[in-house]
Amino acid sequence: MHPVLRTVIQRLGLGLLTLLIVSIIIFSSLELLPGDFARAILGQSATPETVAAFQKELGLDRPATARYFEWIGNVLRGDFGTSFSGRSGGTAGSVRQVSDLIEPRLYNTLFLAAMTAIIAVPLALTLGIMAALYRNSWFDRAVNAMTLTTISFPEFFVAYILMLLLAVTFPIFPSLANVSDSTPFWERVLRCMLPAITLTLVIVAHMMRMTRAAIINLLASPYIEMAQLKGVSRTNVIVHHALPNAWAPIVNVIAFNLAYLIVGVVVVEVVFVYPGIGQLMVDSVTSRDIPVVQACALIFAATYILLNLFADVISIVTNPRLLHPR
Amino acid sequence: MNTKSKQDGGREKGAVLLEMRDVTIDGYSDDRWHPIIKGVDVTLKRGEVMGMIGESGAGKSTLGLAAMGFARPGCKITGGTIMFDGIDLLAISETERRALHGSRIAYVAQSAAAAFNPAHQLMNQTIESAVSHGIMPKADAEADAKKLFADLQLPDPDNIGYRYPHQVSGGQLQRAMTAMAMSSRPDLIIFDEPTTALDVTTQVEVLAAMREIVDRFHTAAIYITHDLAVVAQMADKIKVLRYGNQVEEADTRKMLKSPQEEYTKTLWAVRSLFKEEEKNDDVVLRMHEVDASYGGDVKVLHDVTIQVPRGRTVAIVGESGSGKSTAARVITGLLPPMKGEVYFNGKPLPPALKDRSKEQLQRIQMIYQMADTAMNPRHTVRDIIGRPLEFYLGLRGAERDRRVVELLELIELNEDFIDRLPSELSGGQKQRICIARALAAEPDVIICDEVTSALDQIVQEGILKLLLRLQSEFNITYLFITHDIATVEAISDEIVVMFQGGVVEQGPKSKILNAPFPPYTELLLSSVPQMDPDWLDTLLAERAKKGDELMKASG
Repeated sequence: MHPVLRTVIQRLGLGLLTLLIVSIIIFSSLELLPGDFARAILGQSATPETVAAFQKELGLDRPATARYFEWIGNVLRGDFGTSFSGRSGGTAGSVRQVSDLIEPRLYNTLFLAAMTAIIAVPLALTLGIMAALYRNSWFDRAVNAMTLTTISFPEFFVAYILMLLLAVTFPIFPSLANVSDSTPFWERVLRCMLPAITLTLVIVAHMMRMTRAAIINLLASPYIEMAQLKGVSRTNVIVHHALPNAWAPIVNVIAFNLAYLIVGVVVVEVVFVYPGIGQLMVDSVTSRDIPVVQACALIFAATYILLNLFADVISIVTNPRLLHPR
Repeated sequence: MNTKSKQDGGREKGAVLLEMRDVTIDGYSDDRWHPIIKGVDVTLKRGEVMGMIGESGAGKSTLGLAAMGFARPGCKITGGTIMFDGIDLLAISETERRALHGSRIAYVAQSAAAAFNPAHQLMNQTIESAVSHGIMPKADAEADAKKLFADLQLPDPDNIGYRYPHQVSGGQLQRAMTAMAMSSRPDLIIFDEPTTALDVTTQVEVLAAMREIVDRFHTAAIYITHDLAVVAQMADKIKVLRYGNQVEEADTRKMLKSPQEEYTKTLWAVRSLFKEEEKNDDVVLRMHEVDASYGGDVKVLHDVTIQVPRGRTVAIVGESGSGKSTAARVITGLLPPMKGEVYFNGKPLPPALKDRSKEQLQRIQMIYQMADTAMNPRHTVRDIIGRPLEFYLGLRGAERDRRVVELLELIELNEDFIDRLPSELSGGQKQRICIARALAAEPDVIICDEVTSALDQIVQEGILKLLLRLQSEFNITYLFITHDIATVEAISDEIVVMFQGGVVEQGPKSKILNAPFPPYTELLLSSVPQMDPDWLDTLLAERAKKGDELMKASG
């Protein structure tokens, strides 16, 4: 079997195992959360009988292991269950599927992440390559200083500064990113600009510095000197001779940052009132809406696993030793 | 072929191609600039090959690169003129110099395995300079490269170019690199120790291929090496360098026959070390029918039996991949064998390191090829030699330090060295410290794994003399792994010849090194370069003749 295919299958298998373990951890840590949904909804004055009846309706009276296996079995069939919060009215008609709650939010999050990635990844790579090419020049120093500055500030601070500059002082972009299903594509892009720029400023430093370091690390190799002595131009020495050997570390950092864009941006979502999955999860934790929290956590874990798999595959494809064994 | 001077037939020998006058180069270390090359002249005519020899640190590579107008990072050319075919290499811009690099002046690096980019196929790298300098279109360059591969006797020349560097052997890479240098038909090639990393048997083929192609295209060349016998085969004239100064320069034959300077004479004398063999029937160490593997089905050793007599030196010779070092790993317990046993003083040793007693560990010590990496760079000489004294002999404090100083004296270093770090020692001194560390355990057997192959000839001689003296003083047994036959002649009593994981023969030195030979031993011995400028021609003629006879016999 081809080594790439074998690795993909191996990692997918390992990934599923990891997800299973993660699901156990998620489930048991939610069990440990103080308070429960029934009390949170029914309030202080609820009688123990009402609470018990409500818990029975939600199935919370059964032992944890039984509930876990029921939940994980349903998840395997693609059913994330129903949200607790839809039940507050008590009528069957208002029961909401977890997947219906998550789907539009996940789409919004992926949209913002993709938009940020399209800006940030090429920018970071270009800056990193240029910084390696002109290392120790004023350009290198300026890029390093700027990216370090932006990563050093808290993201909400960067967000408010950008809002002040690009939405208030110079009203180029809308300050709030309140999108809905009906927002047209380009309108959505425009509204997402400020959050996307904020996130770009947060993640670009990491990727840019890794690109620069990985390339510079290779410049002392004999094959780089050989390329110079063959009369290859400076740019080609970097792009054609160093970069192909530097992909593995760079792509790992990119994957790490992309995962952050999906699972870690709740602060930016809050600042720009953007309906992403991060906010949904935080809200659900507050209201003890366990099925939604569980589903979000599983999605986040799967994101990490898939992006790391992607990084591994790129590392193999760019390494002829692994792609073409002897 | 395409540039004007070549069409005009400007290649006839005689016209001066490279003229370096009073070149000085500084290198940066210890926070200041030191002179590395102190005013050297080089004159090279078209089609002429100049050998450049000297110890490491003599400035050979630096001077070779300066012939391209290039200085490595941390070096700068500070004075003199470098004229290449009427162009002042130091006066032109970097872009103009780059236009000459790879087109009219090419470079062949020491380690082809490191100088090929692992991310690209051989073909793309071979034709890169010819294509990027606009000498040939890509398709022509590829066709030409295939011809060069064939001329250099690479296997499957039509397809080998589409392999990646890790998919071909070191000797093949070195030849591919010669093709790479040749693909733009340069006027001048700098060969920087191109065969130093190769086995003798491979070296012969690469040398023959390089010389043939340099002759054919009438290319001028500077051939840098520390191996006199090699340069004798390649060069029209030889320049000897030391500490950045020229010692002397003369035609090859004249230089070999009657070197003028004292220093040159010492270089010539090194290969004369020789030990009279002695017999001893008392076997201290025996490998018995050992098979070993690094996992998987491939056996790295099969049915290896080696006997080591007490107080004598047994040399294991063979090319890389023949299983020499694996045998050492089995003896030390680093690699438990699949089958067979190792006996020490007649008793079997536990196969795995962790099952051996401290006493058993103490009896067998090891010295490694790379003294650099075999020492912790953060430990002082006191820590390095003191550690086995504490571990095996239980010495502490002042008692330990006294013993460290005694050991330093044994290896001919004074007690000032006790607080130095490995980075403050020369290559030869580092290897001496490693010898002292092995001696500290007071072992019966020391396994020496290519201990001199990273060192210069003169330093090598010092180390070998030291090892011989220690043997006669303490009756130590050496198991000496090497691929260098001159070293074997210098120190061994018995020789084991290994090939592809098996023992070809074992016997006293006088028997193994004299006819009749088994075929592999003969190939190995005949491949060792001799200090005779006609050696390579004679050898190739003999092999061709034998090949023909074989063809006739089989046909």
